[in-house]
Amino acid sequence: MYFFDPHIHVASRTTDDLQALARAGCVGLGEPAFWMGYDRTAAVCFYDYFRQLTEWEPKRVANYGMAHWAWVGMNAKEAENVGLAREVIALLPEFLDRPNVLGVGEIGLNKCTRNELTTLEELVALALARGEQLLFHTPHLEEKYRGTGMILDLLAADDRVVPERVWIDHCEEHTIRPVLEAGYWAGLTLYPTTKMTPERAVDMIEIYGPERILVTSSADWGPSDPMAVPAFIQAMRRRGHDDALIRRVVYDNPLRLMRQSRNFQG
Amino acid sequence: MAETASSGNPLDKDFLQIRARLIELAAAMDRVDRGGGAAGDPRLEQIRRSLAIVAGNEPNRAEQVQMEFSLSARG
Repeated sequence: MYFFDPHIHVASRTTDDLQALARAGCVGLGEPAFWMGYDRTAAVCFYDYFRQLTEWEPKRVANYGMAHWAWVGMNAKEAENVGLAREVIALLPEFLDRPNVLGVGEIGLNKCTRNELTTLEELVALALARGEQLLFHTPHLEEKYRGTGMILDLLAADDRVVPERVWIDHCEEHTIRPVLEAGYWAGLTLYPTTKMTPERAVDMIEIYGPERILVTSSADWGPSDPMAVPAFIQAMRRRGHDDALIRRVVYDNPLRLMRQSRNFQG
Repeated sequence: MAETASSGNPLDKDFLQIRARLIELAAAMDRVDRGGGAAGDPRLEQIRRSLAIVAGNEPNRAEQVQMEFSLSARG
């Protein structure tokens, strides 16, 4: 079955992973800007990183017959440094105009601090002023519930927000309901130990249906599984779900979201 | 004495794994309910007794759970 992985950090993955994804039926990858495992020391480091996401990684991915789209933004962890974040935000318009960029992301909260929220408000303001789609990272573990609520409150306070153009990622059992009820896209991250397993993602489809749900690997530089979307497909089949439903989640839904970006070509 | 996996505070290393397994177990039990439940199924009672063992303070929980699922031990 053809599928997309709309959230994977290709810059952290090997060509072996790209080969395996292509052979499994992957046709396209979405790569949000994120924390690379260390704090960068200057805005120019982000400039180079955004170039990597929009110039080099698409070429690597194309070698395996897949498409690549990027999201650019200031990740939640480095957003604590508001001064640096403002310098990075000033870089974003140049990249948001590039033909393979889908919007502003992944942005959000990590420890839910005042500084993180300040940076987030400025990123959202930029995105809304430009009519960009938004991709939100919700915090890990014990901060997820609180941080997701803070993000939803921030969005609800601005009447320029178009819910179907907003993707709230890393949803789990205790956060998915308010995200879907507010009309946003809910991302399910198939990530070992700290997020969601393929079996629990199938549970979410069974409980909430496939509308506005995305399933991704978020595979990065840590222990993660770039083949998580195929694992989800397998788990859906084991539960007896038909290919039409599976295809809707792993192919039609990401395509529908991406097509809402003015830069999407595919 | 050599340091073993159980020396120190194992939660420092194992907490996230235990947390993940608990959520996975909770999700599996929800799945049983959504599938129509398993009222009267003796395996469900085995699971409940095992959960009580896990939540208790007696040592050798793994051995006790193994015995819960051992036919010969239950006569």
